[in-house]
Amino acid sequence: MSVKDRDPLTGHQTTGHEWNGITELNTRVPRAVWFFVIVTHVWALVVWVLMPAWPLVTTYTKGLLGTDQREEVQESIAVANAIRDDWSSLIADLPVDEIRADPALMAPVNDTAHALFGDNCAGCHGSDAAGGPGFPSLVDDAWLWGGDADTIMETLRVGINATHPETRYAQMLAFGEQGILPRDDIRTVVDYVQSLSGTGAPADRIAAGAEIYATNCASCHGEDGTGMAEIGAPNLRDDFWIYGGGDEAMFETIWGGRQGWMPAWEDRLTVADRKILTIYLQDRAKETAQ
Amino acid sequence: MMSNLTRAERANAMVIAGTGAFIGLVMAAAGRGDPMGAHGWIVLAFCGALFFVVGSAYEDPEPTQDRTASYYDDPTKVGILIALFWAVVGMGMGVWVASQLAWPDLRFDAAWSSFGRIRPVHTSGVIFGFGGNALIATSFHIMQRTCRARMPDQVTPWFVLLGFNLFCIVASSGYLMGVTQSKEYAEPEWYADLWLVVVWVVYFVLYIRTLARRNEPHIYVANWYYLAFILVVAVLHIVNNLAVPASLTGAKSYSAFAGVQDAMTQWWYGHNAVAFFLTSGFLGMLYYFLPKRAERPIYSYRLSILSFWGITFFYIWAGSHHLHYTALPHWVQTLGMTFSVMLLVPSWASAGNALMTLNGAWHKVRDDATLRFMMVAAVFYGLSTFEGSFMAIRPVNGLSHYTDWTVGHVHAGAMGWVALISFGSIYALAPVLWRRETIYSWKAVEWHFWLALAGTVIYVFAMWNSGITQGLMWRTYTESGTLAYSFTDTLVAMHPYYVARTFGGLLFLIGACIGAWNVVMTIRRMPSETPERDYPTSSESREPALPAAE
Repeated sequence: MSVKDRDPLTGHQTTGHEWNGITELNTRVPRAVWFFVIVTHVWALVVWVLMPAWPLVTTYTKGLLGTDQREEVQESIAVANAIRDDWSSLIADLPVDEIRADPALMAPVNDTAHALFGDNCAGCHGSDAAGGPGFPSLVDDAWLWGGDADTIMETLRVGINATHPETRYAQMLAFGEQGILPRDDIRTVVDYVQSLSGTGAPADRIAAGAEIYATNCASCHGEDGTGMAEIGAPNLRDDFWIYGGGDEAMFETIWGGRQGWMPAWEDRLTVADRKILTIYLQDRAKETAQ
Repeated sequence: MMSNLTRAERANAMVIAGTGAFIGLVMAAAGRGDPMGAHGWIVLAFCGALFFVVGSAYEDPEPTQDRTASYYDDPTKVGILIALFWAVVGMGMGVWVASQLAWPDLRFDAAWSSFGRIRPVHTSGVIFGFGGNALIATSFHIMQRTCRARMPDQVTPWFVLLGFNLFCIVASSGYLMGVTQSKEYAEPEWYADLWLVVVWVVYFVLYIRTLARRNEPHIYVANWYYLAFILVVAVLHIVNNLAVPASLTGAKSYSAFAGVQDAMTQWWYGHNAVAFFLTSGFLGMLYYFLPKRAERPIYSYRLSILSFWGITFFYIWAGSHHLHYTALPHWVQTLGMTFSVMLLVPSWASAGNALMTLNGAWHKVRDDATLRFMMVAAVFYGLSTFEGSFMAIRPVNGLSHYTDWTVGHVHAGAMGWVALISFGSIYALAPVLWRRETIYSWKAVEWHFWLALAGTVIYVFAMWNSGITQGLMWRTYTESGTLAYSFTDTLVAMHPYYVARTFGGLLFLIGACIGAWNVVMTIRRMPSETPERDYPTSSESREPALPAAE
């Protein structure tokens, strides 16, 4: 029934089967294929002997090399930490001024700060640290809680309105929503606050706004509007606005209140990491100011 | 089409569709306020429409011809058209998700259009929608031709094809509503999974029944591969989707596995979905259409045996290479790595067998874009299996894992191998199926070929560059022993490649659109022709029992 033809091109015999016009040659498996079958299998056998490989009932074959991925990871972490220990404990212990004075310590600070900031801070404050709507710029000289090294370190440690027990706490009341100020008064005080940073408005509105300001706002933002860093109340006399300085944005801020949030980094970043970020931020602010 | 069904078959079809519609109604009622309810309405609409389509033709005259004298090709025709539809949809979604990675604002701020929801629409759309329908349709064609036997009945193939597409629709609409098990390539929830089990078991039984009716003494290689595809996918699907529904009236379920066992089960599934869905089935396609088109005998039957059993045996072990350097025990990783490397030889034996089959037909490869699709597919199959084994080696994986290199590797396989062999097969099959003299436009096939090839190469090169750049940036340390780059730095570095990838994908999509148009025009515009001897016969006489009735 099956006729084994010979393929004229290759000279090989067919298997004699045919399916809807398709036939097969009975060519033997090329030697190269067997060669590579043997090579890969021998390689696999060698790996099985050397590495953890086959499960037994309650354990597994450990391999002659005695490798264990958990130990490997711990060892490489230890090695990496040893390299960083040269400088990280010094940075953690020394005050910022002394670190700045020591080029050997500033080298790791400059090496590390960029990625540290990029992976932990840039998500909110932007990769250029210039902030965005709702997130303060870190490269101006307006600091909500103060820009000296110790204060920045503390802000990083406890966060703002965060879950840390010692967190910095700040809230601006929702003057409109809670019925403290009617709409018109809010519009008036917006004109006044804008005039503090030099925007023109009719004198009578400014006067009316000043009165509203003195009763409702001065307790936090200060009589003169320069804010209070101890309680995180922003300066209203500069031209930095977290939530925007336009009429609508300011109305919304006063109407609905604000309570920004920054996580506490005490458990996530080491003291050295936080000090590196502090130095980085101060330097960036200085660069931008120049 | 309905005129080929007997009245009893029409009645059966109406009972099945009616039952489906009733189940849809129950789901819609029970799942009110849950995405399951929306799925109920979809099932009701789908099955209800089928019920009325069949019902309206119920009284039509019955078929008169001797059906054993011809093959049953209606489901194949519909399957090919549905596959082309899903190709355009799935690849279109692919271009969109790729664009979102380059320009995130293209989400347009809607929940349904977020990356996490439309990405699975892309992956399921191309793998299950395009690939799955192409596999089912070609398997119907090939099993009948290589068995020289008609399928045993006419309702079952429709049940398989349409039931599978109902699964695809429920799956992709679910993703847009946020329904997901969060298992890659196994996202659909429990009721969709149960339905697919039913469809798949019927598919398996249909295949076995057709093989049992064969008029050939031997079972052709293509059938081995299709059977491996159907059988193993059933096992994978059932085990990986074992889950307990949180409630019978809602979509949410909880996996039977937890922690690292869950991860291992998922990647045992995931890798073998690549093996048995995206490789085995398409090798079946290759084994039929390539020798048929080249008019050359398969280079080596013995090599076919070696590669079939090699692929089938080794692939099953390889899944753990997706979990190198994780909580998975080291020994499981070693096994995954070694079996992945041993797998390379049988894989290359398959690709080599296909390319050696073309000896004596290379002039056809040069002239005929359809055959060239298949040839290049075999080359990409070889390339991506080499790359896969290489990436499965632990230290290499340490660099490649979690990067775009993986994405590039998958797309070398999915575009270069799976899609090209499917398009080649569809171009070879369409004139045969619809009994047309030839395809509508050979020029358009050429255009499709070069667009697809250019798109694949651009895509894969972009992802190699992006992935290796990304992997190296992640492991670059400063002299102080700290990381040199932030994650955002890597995104900035990858952006140009993301744009290039989108462009490559767009070329591929344009090719697919041209292909769909070309097939439709072939059906509509080309004069018909009766092909020679395309009907069941016994192998003894090699003559048709009766002339084809059409």
